[in-house]
Amino acid sequence: MIRVVLPPHLRTLAKVRGEVQLEVEGRATQRSVLDALEAQYPMLCGTIRDHVTQQRRPFLRFFACEEDLSHESPDAALPDAVATGLEPFLIVGAIAGG
Amino acid sequence: MSKVRVLVGTRKGAFVMESDGKREKWEVSGPHFAGWEVYHMKGSPADPDRLYASQSSSWSGQVIQRSSDGGKTWETPGGGPGKSPQGWPIGESNKFVYDTSERTGKPLTTHQFYDGTQHPWEFKRVWHLEPSLTDPNTVYAGVEDAALFRSTDGAASWQELSGLRGHGTGPHWQPGAGGMCLHTIILDPNDSGRIYIAISAAGAFRTDDGGATWKPINRGLRSQFLPDQDAEIGHCVHHVAMNPSRPGVLFMQKHWDVMRSDDAGDNWREVSGNLPTDFGFVIDVHAHEPETVYVVPIKSDGEHYPPDGKLRVYRSRTGGNEWEALTNGLPQQNCYVNVLRDAMAIDSLDSCGVYFGTTGGQVYLSSNAGDNWSPIVRDLPPVLSVEVQTLP
Repeated sequence: MIRVVLPPHLRTLAKVRGEVQLEVEGRATQRSVLDALEAQYPMLCGTIRDHVTQQRRPFLRFFACEEDLSHESPDAALPDAVATGLEPFLIVGAIAGG
Repeated sequence: MSKVRVLVGTRKGAFVMESDGKREKWEVSGPHFAGWEVYHMKGSPADPDRLYASQSSSWSGQVIQRSSDGGKTWETPGGGPGKSPQGWPIGESNKFVYDTSERTGKPLTTHQFYDGTQHPWEFKRVWHLEPSLTDPNTVYAGVEDAALFRSTDGAASWQELSGLRGHGTGPHWQPGAGGMCLHTIILDPNDSGRIYIAISAAGAFRTDDGGATWKPINRGLRSQFLPDQDAEIGHCVHHVAMNPSRPGVLFMQKHWDVMRSDDAGDNWREVSGNLPTDFGFVIDVHAHEPETVYVVPIKSDGEHYPPDGKLRVYRSRTGGNEWEALTNGLPQQNCYVNVLRDAMAIDSLDSCGVYFGTTGGQVYLSSNAGDNWSPIVRDLPPVLSVEVQTLP
């Protein structure tokens, strides 16, 4: 089980409170986690990564285990603590603007 | 007694305001989609309880919302739990993908960027939603970078009408200060094949075959920022308005100049007349008097506020050229708000109501065609758009 924390606006859009819990088949990567997230919450399609290019939207960042994973390969394995549910995968809005 | 419902999009959410035909007491609901920019909301003429809304943010992109109960509840129409035959989530309602197909999308490559170089089309947001006059499930979307999309399934999925970008002038289109946006969509009530659109900064276009082919309709426009001032393409049209009883007559607020066409846009002539400045964004036409036109003059392209700190709507009862200032109830000192291009609307009650919203968060109403004004609300986030529905 993977734990994901969404930014507040996307929690509202997905009609969830607190963390989201996902079952991910195979290795836990950014791509597999986001695939599972979008499958469970289709209204989030396009809001975290571009519909076509699948690139992370530039004002969103991916953090976990006190590390910035935003620039890691989307197919790189996430830390074991994330894969096992010990730590959440954080999707965070950039602080700029508002 | 008839009712009115006012749909207000703001920089930080949407608001729905309802009143009876007297338009004196208002119920205000919102903010809907709190924290998101709502560029536009509009109701279906065929089913007034069917509303569409465009919410977006720099963080999370574009989301389309739909209501089937007049704005009480909302849904993301493509957001069901199912999957497509390919196994992808159904969440297609937020998906605006430019046509790059071999058959129709091949020539659609780049447009002119601010610095004059060519730049690929990149989807940013939906500026305007225009529901079909006859089918609640059909709705058009004008987007940035400029293109026209259509949904025929209640906004669950979208397809580009790529003939607009494909007629050959696309490389000469360029963004205005607000981006390269398709912001105006007008459906001809007498001819289902005729649609007018306008783009900043490309100009106005018309299709007579339902969107398959398009022609620029900019003859008579002049723009000092163009090397060829009366070029066919490149004008920064801010808004176009039409009275449904006379669909061949169009009024335009351009970057500078207020214009009029009596032949469906084939030719334009300036009708700025005695306006204190002919820069502005909004323009609209009285519901019952097709020669009565409203604008809100703004000082200049560099100073986006009313001249002399006085918020004045100007009305022409002669189809342009002769304008009178309407000031009763509007601030006449120290007012430096702007009125954006989609932020004026007209109801169709017997005593015609005129509405507009400001970047200062006020939504003003005149229930007597502009003679007197009062605020419905005055402390919203900056207002991006105002629409009104006249309900039975």
